[in-house]
Amino acid sequence: METLDTRIAQWRRAVTRSAAVGPDDVDELEGHLREQVADLADAGLDEEEAFLIAVKRLGAVDAVTAEFAREHGDRLWKQLVLAPSEERGERRRGVLPMIVFALIAAVLIQVARLVAQYTASNAEMFGGDTSMWFVRDLGLFVLPVLVGYLAWSRRMPVRRVLALFGVIAALAVVVSVFPFADGAATGILVALHLPVVLWFVVGLAYVGDEWRSSARRMDFVRFSGEWAIYFVLLVLGGGVLFGLTELLVSPLSQPVANELPLWILPSGGAAAVIVAAWLVDAKKSVIENIAPVLTAIFTPLFAVMLVVASAGYVAVGIGREFDRDLMIVFDVLLLVVLGLVLYGLSARVESRASRVMDIIRLVTVCAALLLDVLVLGSMLARVGDLGFTPNRVVALGLNILLVVNLAGAAVLSVRALAGRVSPSRLESWQTGYLPVFAVWTLAVVVAVPVLFGFA
Amino acid sequence: MNIDKDLVAAMATPLVLAILVDGESYGYAILKRVRELSSGDLEWTDGMLYPLLHRLERLGHVVASWGASPEGRRRKYYELTPSGLAALEEQRRQWDAATRTLNGVWKIKEA
Repeated sequence: METLDTRIAQWRRAVTRSAAVGPDDVDELEGHLREQVADLADAGLDEEEAFLIAVKRLGAVDAVTAEFAREHGDRLWKQLVLAPSEERGERRRGVLPMIVFALIAAVLIQVARLVAQYTASNAEMFGGDTSMWFVRDLGLFVLPVLVGYLAWSRRMPVRRVLALFGVIAALAVVVSVFPFADGAATGILVALHLPVVLWFVVGLAYVGDEWRSSARRMDFVRFSGEWAIYFVLLVLGGGVLFGLTELLVSPLSQPVANELPLWILPSGGAAAVIVAAWLVDAKKSVIENIAPVLTAIFTPLFAVMLVVASAGYVAVGIGREFDRDLMIVFDVLLLVVLGLVLYGLSARVESRASRVMDIIRLVTVCAALLLDVLVLGSMLARVGDLGFTPNRVVALGLNILLVVNLAGAAVLSVRALAGRVSPSRLESWQTGYLPVFAVWTLAVVVAVPVLFGFA
Repeated sequence: MNIDKDLVAAMATPLVLAILVDGESYGYAILKRVRELSSGDLEWTDGMLYPLLHRLERLGHVVASWGASPEGRRRKYYELTPSGLAALEEQRRQWDAATRTLNGVWKIKEA
């Protein structure tokens, strides 16, 4: 039997060369091959003939792996063994161009910072005076460069690039023209939401002309999660470097040490945005191994925390007036949970999906839903008592969006666990919801300030 | 007689679902059943069955579980779900309509 085993081992190597065929799939195919060989041998063929015929019936390795790739495109995404689909041309991921884009971002933010420093001084950032518009428009100085980098690396058609930059320019004009009052609540809301809107533009650049495809949107969710991890790692490393530089420079010249943060922190951060995006594209398989592990660790912990918290709030009630600070805490918590659920879904490996993990995710969603209903109830009471303000409208809107999203996710999770609907429905629910968030954040940036007279 | 490639591709889903109506099965057994049923008219590249089964699994039409063959080798079994049964009913209606239409045309020609 040794010759048959060596032949099968050779065949296995040929098949596993494709990233689209997982180890389980090869086992499945090998089982098929062996049974076929055994049947043919029973019919009187010798082993070599039987093997040749069985392999031929199974199909040419290229054709079969290509068929697997069509079904399991997400696996290709995770590994770089196979180039992205050929008809679209390979993505460009050179180091030098990435550095150029990172430098553009670093210089752009310095120019903006210097302009802000010399025009007005009603806000503080990076340990120096600056203008409110600089804080508000921070995303506008960095994320368009990222859009440009993605457009370049994906060889995007010029018309699409112009359209994306047209959107960005329109946003920039709108927020600059708005006559915000000093310290206006609407101005702060725009500062919080503008980067999110721009991130959705980055998403449009990332998915390209396939923005309708649920799978591509999920790719963007993966990209966002992994980008965030790389960004945090870069910031941590950069922080160590910066701290040591400060310690080394301050004995030499205290004035220089005082000036350093103004130059290094904004530029370093802006450059890290680009470098992180490049790392996600170039080193996919590295984080691929970390991100699902992190999600798997934190989802159960968040589940425990949320269950305890929601049980506590339901049992004891909200002891004190549900004030703004507490509400912000809840909103951030709910957004983190949503991110965790979304990322957990995107990292879910269909063939190895564990039921336990799905149940934990369902518990998390249900507890979050309960908390969100509490928040919403208290918020509605507040609005009823005190009337609408920009902050309340935005908080209310966000929580309604979250309740609908979480409720939909909970219902679909239950039905998926019961085997009534496919788990992929859960994914398409979430990816279908992304435009809703995009439209909402856009409305907060362009409509809410107008509605409330820039107060 | 060999059935045209595109027609085979169109038949594959209802064929596999219909075979699974009889109970859970695994890749090689499904293919053997296909060969029996078509008495060799249906030329199928064996390897193509698996991506199809995985697609049906993703759509929730079948559920898969790992078991073992009598020789102790790992074997993946597929079982039809209610959603798969519904999909089969729908496919069946479509195929009935298609064959009815074609039969109607052919009868006119013969007459």
